[in-house]
Amino acid sequence: MTRITIDPITRLEGHGKIEIFLDEAGDVANTYFQIPELRGFERFCVGRPVEEMPLLTNRICGVCPEAHHMAAAKAADAVYGVEPPSAAKKLRELLYMGFYFTDHTTHFYALGGPDFVMGPDAPVAERNILGVIHKVGLEIGGKVIQARKYGHTIVEMLGGRKVHPCTSIPGGVTKGLTEAERVEIEQMGRWGIAFAQFSLQLFSDIVLGNPVYLDLILGDIYTHRTHYIGLVDAQNRVNFYDGRVSVVDPDGKRLGKYGPDEYNDWIAERVEPWTYLKFPYLKKVGWKGFTDGKESGIYMATPLSRLNAADGMATPLAQEQYQKFYETLGGKPVHQRLATHWARLIELLYAAERLVELATDEEITSPHIHTVPTKTPTEGVGIVEAPRGTLTHHYWTDERGILTKVNLIVGTTNNYAPISMSIKKAAQSLIHKDTEVNEGLLNMVEMAFRAYDPCFGCATHSLPGQMPLEVAIRDAAGEPVRVLRQHC
Amino acid sequence: MSKNGQAPKEKPKFAMYWAAACGGCEIAVLNIGEKILDVDANFDVVFWPVAMDAKYKDVEAMPDKSILLTLFNGGIRNEENEHMAKLLRQKSQILVAFGSCANEGCIPGLANLSSMQEVFNAAYESVSTENPQHIRPQFSYQVPEGMLTIPLFYPVLRTLDQVVDVDYFMPGCPPESHQIAAVIDLVIAVLHGEAELPPKGAVIGVGDSTVCEECQRARNIKKITKLVRIHEVAEVDPDLCLLEQGILCNGPATRSGCGARCPSVGAACIGCYGPAVGVVDYGARLMTAVASVIDSTEPDEIEAILDGIPDPAGTFYRFNLAHSLLHAARPAMEEVIG
Repeated sequence: MTRITIDPITRLEGHGKIEIFLDEAGDVANTYFQIPELRGFERFCVGRPVEEMPLLTNRICGVCPEAHHMAAAKAADAVYGVEPPSAAKKLRELLYMGFYFTDHTTHFYALGGPDFVMGPDAPVAERNILGVIHKVGLEIGGKVIQARKYGHTIVEMLGGRKVHPCTSIPGGVTKGLTEAERVEIEQMGRWGIAFAQFSLQLFSDIVLGNPVYLDLILGDIYTHRTHYIGLVDAQNRVNFYDGRVSVVDPDGKRLGKYGPDEYNDWIAERVEPWTYLKFPYLKKVGWKGFTDGKESGIYMATPLSRLNAADGMATPLAQEQYQKFYETLGGKPVHQRLATHWARLIELLYAAERLVELATDEEITSPHIHTVPTKTPTEGVGIVEAPRGTLTHHYWTDERGILTKVNLIVGTTNNYAPISMSIKKAAQSLIHKDTEVNEGLLNMVEMAFRAYDPCFGCATHSLPGQMPLEVAIRDAAGEPVRVLRQHC
Repeated sequence: MSKNGQAPKEKPKFAMYWAAACGGCEIAVLNIGEKILDVDANFDVVFWPVAMDAKYKDVEAMPDKSILLTLFNGGIRNEENEHMAKLLRQKSQILVAFGSCANEGCIPGLANLSSMQEVFNAAYESVSTENPQHIRPQFSYQVPEGMLTIPLFYPVLRTLDQVVDVDYFMPGCPPESHQIAAVIDLVIAVLHGEAELPPKGAVIGVGDSTVCEECQRARNIKKITKLVRIHEVAEVDPDLCLLEQGILCNGPATRSGCGARCPSVGAACIGCYGPAVGVVDYGARLMTAVASVIDSTEPDEIEAILDGIPDPAGTFYRFNLAHSLLHAARPAMEEVIG
C-alpha cells in the first residue's frame, strides 16, 4: 500500500498531520487526519479559583482567547448563579464583535483567501497574504492591516490587552466605556461596515464571477451532507455571544434547540487511539463512523453551519446578503464546504453592523457593570459561538468557588470528524493511479480543511497546540515511496 | 517572504516556530502592524508555519547555523516539540526563547502538578465522552492500512532552556507588540552595524524594575486586614493600588515591560512577564510583598490572612512552575523518575 503524508499543514493555526493510504490499484484507500498534541487544561484548571478561568483558558488559544474569555466568564456567572448588569453583557458582546471582525478578516485575507485570489495551483511562494496584496493592490493591503488594527483596538480598549483580555469576572466586567471611547468605536464600526461590503464585493468579483471557481465551490469534491449547529437568538437569528444552540439535520429540519445546561443531552465525544483529539457527534443520532447523511451524528459548527442552523441574520445588510447567499447557491441548507468562505464574510458584515448597534446603545457607557455574586457557587455552563464553532465550558466547584472538575468542548473540535471526511473525499476525488501528485493537487486536499478555518491550538487544549502538516505516500507494505512536500 | 519568494541571497534568514503554545505569540508578532514589512525588507523568512507554506523537511535540509534569528515560542510537551527545539538550535545562530511558555512554562506548565494519567483521564473520561472501552491515544497504532504514530507525550512540560542552549530570553504572555517592535529595531540596527547585541543570556524586551513601578495606581502604604477576591468587591477604587484594596496582585514580584496593562483596566497583575530582576524565587517574593501590606505583626494573624489566598500553588507559580526550583509536583516527577 502506498502512503502520502502531509506534515505540517500550513496556514492554519495549530499542528496536524494527514496520512493518505493508496491501495494496490493506486486509488485512495483511506486517510487519517491526526492531531499530535494535548496540553491538559481540563486537568490542571482543577484547584484554581473559578474567577481566574477567563484568564487561564485564554491560554488555550491565542488566536481566539476572546472566545474562551467569554465562555469562561459566562460559565463563572452560572457557577455563582449571578446575572451581570445589562450594560456589562453589552460590553462583553461589544469586545467580542471587535474580535470577530479582526478574526474573520484575518482568515479571509491571510489564510483561506490566497487559494482563491492566487488560485489553488499558484506557486507556493505566492499563496500567502503577501501574494494577495501583490495581486489585488497595496491599497487593499493597507485596508486589511487597518481592519485588523481596528478590531484589536476595540479588544484592547475593553479587554485591557490585544491578546488575552483580562476584564471579565463573575457578575460582569471591570472596565467600562467612556464617551470618547464609545465615539471611537462607533467610527471604527462604520468604517468596518464599508470594509465588509467591500470584501463581499471582492469575493463576488474574484470567486463568483469566475466559472472555474464557482464549479469548484459547487462541485461534489467539497460537499458533505451533515447536521449543522449554531447559536441563535429568540428569533432564531445568528448570535455569537448568547442564546440557544440550534441543531438542524441535512435536510435543514430543526431537530431542536438546547440551552447551556442541556449540552450534555445533545453532544457526545468519541475517542480514537490514533489521535489526541476527540470526535464530537450528536448524541441523539449516534456515532456511525466517518460518514455523512441523516443517520450519522456527525455535525459541523462553522460560519456556514451557523447560517444553515439559523433563520436569518439580526442586522439588515447582513440579512440581505444571507438571502442572496441561499438564492445563489440553490436554497437551504448549503452543503458545499467552500461556501464557508462566503458565509464568513456575511458574518463579518454582521459583526460590523452589530458593533455600531452596540456602540450607539445608550446604555453602553453605563457605570453599572458588575453585580457582586451572593449565592454559593456550585456548577455552571457557558456557551458562546467561537468563529470556528460552538464553544462550551462546563465547571464544577466547591463552596469556595475552587474548581473540582472541568469539561471543555472547543470550537474546532466540533469539526474534527467533518474535516476528516472532507480530506478523505478530496483525496479520493483528486488522487488516482497515474495522477501526478504535485503541490497544487496536495494544496487542493489542504483546501478541504482550510475552509473550516481549523485552529488546532484551540482543539488541542487537552494537548499542546500547533499545526503544521506533511503528506507522505507509502506503498502497500507501508513503506514510504516518496514524500511530497512544498518548497518555499 | 518577498513577493516572489526568491529573496536576494544576502538577506539574513529568519524563522519563527511554535511548540506547545496557544498561537498568541504569533498573533502578537502580526500585531506589530506595518513594522512586519521591516522584517520582510531585512530578512528572508524561511520558516514560519502559521503564515507560510514550508515543511519540517525544508528545515532539515538547511545547513547548520544558516538561520540568523529564530524566535521559538511554546513549551516542550512532547517529543516533536523537543525534536524541533534541537533542530532549530542546530540551524540557528541566535535562538530566542520567545514568550512565557518557552521561558517559564506558562499556564500549560501547571500540568506539572498532575501525573500524565490524571491529564489523560480528565481528557478521555470527561462527562461528555462516550468511552466505555477506556481508549487512550497510542503513540503508535496499527490501523488496517498501516502504522500510525503520534508524538510521545512527556510526563512533565519543560522550558526551552531545559532542553537546548538559549541565547536570549523574551518573556510575556504574549510579549507586548511595542516590545517586539523595539527588539526588531535593535536587530536591524545590529545588521546595519549601528548597534551591538546584548550579552548572551540577556532578558530582552523588558523593563528593569517591577510592574508596580509602571502602574499608575497610587500607593499610600495603606494596610489591609484581609484579602478579598476581585468579584467580591462591589466597587474597585480606580486609582488606588489593588493590593492595598486587599486584591492579590502579582505586580511587586513581576518584571516590568508590559506597561501595567491589567491593573490599568481594573484587573490584577497575574505575573505573565515573569520574575523581576534579582528575584530568585518568585513565589517567595510575592508572599513577602503581600505580608508587607498586612496590618499586623502577629505571625498567627498574618498566617490567617494569607489563608485567604484560595490557591497558593496557582497564585505563586501560575506562569513559572515549570521553570521554578519546584519544576513539578510529585505525581508528575514519579513518572519522570520511573
